[in-house]
Amino acid sequence: MKDLSSPQILSVEGLSVSFGKTRVIDDLSFAVPKGRTVAVVGESGSGKSVTSLSIMRLADLAGARFDAGRIVLDTGAGQTDLLGLTQDAARKIRGKDIAMIFQEPMTSLNPVYTVGEQIAEILMLHEGSSRDAALREASRLLSLVRLPDADAMLKRYPHQLSGGMRQRVMIAIAVACRPKLLIADEPTTALDVTIQAQILDILRDLQEEMGMSMIFITHDMGVVAEIADDVVVMWKGEKVEEGPVGQIFAHPQHPYTRSLLSAVPKLGSTEGQDYPSKTPLTVLVDGEPQLVGETRVQDTAQTQGDPLLVVRDLSVSFDIRKTWYGRTTHYIPAVTGASFDVYPGETISLVGESGSGKSTIARTVMQLTEPTGGAITFDGRNMADMGLAERQKLRREIQYIFQDPFASLNPRQTIGWSVAEPIRTHGLADNDRETRSRVGELLERVGMPADVAERYPHQFSGGQRQRICIARALAGKPRLIIADEVLSALDVSIQAQVINLFMDLQKDEGIAFLFVSHDMAVVEKVSHRVAVLYLGQIVELGSRRQIFEQTAHPYTQRLLSAVPNPDPAAKRERTPLDGELPSTTRRVDDRPAPVTYDEIAKGHFVARH
Amino acid sequence: MAGFLIKRLAQAVFVVIVVTLIVSVAVRMTGDPAMMIAQGATDITEADLERIREGLGLNEPFITQYFATLSGLFTWDFGRSFLGGTEVSTLIAGALPATLLLAFSSLVVSIIISVPLGIRAAIRRGKWEDQLIRILSLVGLSFPNFWLATMLVLLFSITLHLLPPSGMTGWATLVMPAMTMGVILTATNVRLVRTSMLEVMQSQYIMVARAKGLSERSVLYKHALRNSAIPLITFLGLQFGGLLGGIVVVEKVFNWPGMGSLAFDAVSGRDYPVLQSVIMILSTLIVLVNLIVDIAYGLIDPRIRTE
Repeated sequence: MKDLSSPQILSVEGLSVSFGKTRVIDDLSFAVPKGRTVAVVGESGSGKSVTSLSIMRLADLAGARFDAGRIVLDTGAGQTDLLGLTQDAARKIRGKDIAMIFQEPMTSLNPVYTVGEQIAEILMLHEGSSRDAALREASRLLSLVRLPDADAMLKRYPHQLSGGMRQRVMIAIAVACRPKLLIADEPTTALDVTIQAQILDILRDLQEEMGMSMIFITHDMGVVAEIADDVVVMWKGEKVEEGPVGQIFAHPQHPYTRSLLSAVPKLGSTEGQDYPSKTPLTVLVDGEPQLVGETRVQDTAQTQGDPLLVVRDLSVSFDIRKTWYGRTTHYIPAVTGASFDVYPGETISLVGESGSGKSTIARTVMQLTEPTGGAITFDGRNMADMGLAERQKLRREIQYIFQDPFASLNPRQTIGWSVAEPIRTHGLADNDRETRSRVGELLERVGMPADVAERYPHQFSGGQRQRICIARALAGKPRLIIADEVLSALDVSIQAQVINLFMDLQKDEGIAFLFVSHDMAVVEKVSHRVAVLYLGQIVELGSRRQIFEQTAHPYTQRLLSAVPNPDPAAKRERTPLDGELPSTTRRVDDRPAPVTYDEIAKGHFVARH
Repeated sequence: MAGFLIKRLAQAVFVVIVVTLIVSVAVRMTGDPAMMIAQGATDITEADLERIREGLGLNEPFITQYFATLSGLFTWDFGRSFLGGTEVSTLIAGALPATLLLAFSSLVVSIIISVPLGIRAAIRRGKWEDQLIRILSLVGLSFPNFWLATMLVLLFSITLHLLPPSGMTGWATLVMPAMTMGVILTATNVRLVRTSMLEVMQSQYIMVARAKGLSERSVLYKHALRNSAIPLITFLGLQFGGLLGGIVVVEKVFNWPGMGSLAFDAVSGRDYPVLQSVIMILSTLIVLVNLIVDIAYGLIDPRIRTE
């Protein structure tokens, strides 16, 4: 039991921060008790990241101005107001008393220095260690974050490591000088769930061992439930609520907290139901959360007739290493022997971790990648037998929505131009006037006013841009929409809106969806059927209910057990998780074994291993 | 790394073969050298011309001549000059070191000026120092090299009597030609260093370096500079070609006895064995420099090394 009366390591008092004329944090106060973890949660624009950068005094280096307040650090040897320090003095505290882990492990390490050099650097700086001593300590730290073969790891460069390994190196750097306070800013957001679970474990253990306090910045309520002792909820730069984690989840007081919690998709929320359902959205009306919209069972899948899309024994591989005269020696079997059907009006999800081949399948169906084996049949016609004209028509009937709404709209063209692109490309309108009125209808269909057509992408938020991308996909009058991680860049409240939009479109137009995602909770909410992928092979395929309630394959179980449960009271039963996904690179003569399946219930296929 | 080197070396050899082939064909398209040699003489007969061609080996099939030229690169035998009959190899042995000295001095001058200025402009982005550096670099970009060369001579030799106006008689004579070439390179390099520095400073790993508590100096020189050097080095390799092109004019203005002067005289005198050899050697040099650039990449960036 932790000592609740222990003094605070850090207290933020009446902090206000501005960038230029914009106030991004307003009168924020909270405290971090010694040895405890405070989660600061909020959606994009809530000011949670600026809070952490202000504590580090990195915010003012990026141009922020501290308008009011104090940030008091109490390491036991007296109190210091961090905001009163010069940068030179703050530098002595950064990395030593307060350390920070960042969101993007892929870009957090300097690509031109070895792992060992980057850890040793901070020890030489703050502890005055010699280079040799620092490298020895670095090796110990790498074992501490459970990286195998620590001595060899010292000599490796960041690009040779996976995201999860890099994040562990980052943690090793952060805890090198035994900081009193560790700030973790969305440290697991960019990682797969199984890796996320490992990182959270490591952080918890290190905290215990070193007696550190932690500030954990996140938007993921599941992670909060998992790691936090106390929670601070931020909204538009202000603290709206704070309290112990159990209280925040069980009895949220502020309307915003309540709406945030109700928007979070929870694993197991559709237990006992055969079909996914459209559920009401929680929105703030006059400062009170209200449920808006209907509950409707999404029984849109027309499984009686022929399937719209038939994928049989699909294989896709990429050659990656060649001899100097061009013969392939190594390749990646991105997808091996994948078979599934999609019926009109059905949503089938491809779920798996990075490198599982889920996006490759989606791209191959969209003709963005050539298959190396197997067949794709759309509406009874084999894609391989199609002529150019028919393939072009297919590009209209299948539309693709990409993950990053910021990168998938041309920044120099108006929204109207982008939405009209499929109409122009496929000659779907007779004249400009018809095109314009069609664009207006489409924008209204996705819940945007028609007159935004004249504006440019930078004037819209991520959620609005994703709606625009959906409008563009609809412009082609598609029969199948491939949605590739379309929700992962969006806040949960926006996610819920987009999910409902998809369900409405499916209901009204009978569109089939191929939904690619790594988020098990979202997949459970939207899918009729689910295919679980592991290293390029479908390991389990079945109805949503079969996959989530009669889980049969060990990998699916592992994936499900790694998903953080947004309920701090729930007792966790987790399969212990170790190690990384094995490398997928193979020598040419090393072909993956063909998969065979057992049909353990009607339509429920499990790979035999 | 070894595989990487072998691959780049094979590519370099191929490029040299293609370049020498183009040079050989192009030179032959400018006319019959026998006629050029015989220009001064009256009552030339076809038999005389034939004799001259035989003497030059021009009656051989093109492919034989081409291989003779190519092997010249390895045996250091390029035949004799039409003007004066000196061995071309002797002429080049005199001129090549002078040109290399000038070219590398210019590069060094440009790096010494452009890297600190570019970094300064980047860290003071939008402030007056940045504006000033950017304006100066635009001014530098707008100078034609022959004009700048003349102005330097007017200022330093004629008005101030500080530097000798021409020739190659000691370190003092190197200053003005190297400055002329260097200033123009500097103008582009400052902008390149500034842009790539700005980009690198936005990286997450720079934030991480600051979060470690490193001084701004370490952040800049240890973490940012090495990463922002990668585009600069690429560009230096590309610039080297332009540099050798510009050297013809600058060497002529300062009467610098290098490959540029040699080429200039060869063109005016239609001394085509010299011209062909000079072009071939300069092209090979450019290929070599770019090979060195590729190797330098590998040294700076581990991601390229292991590819």
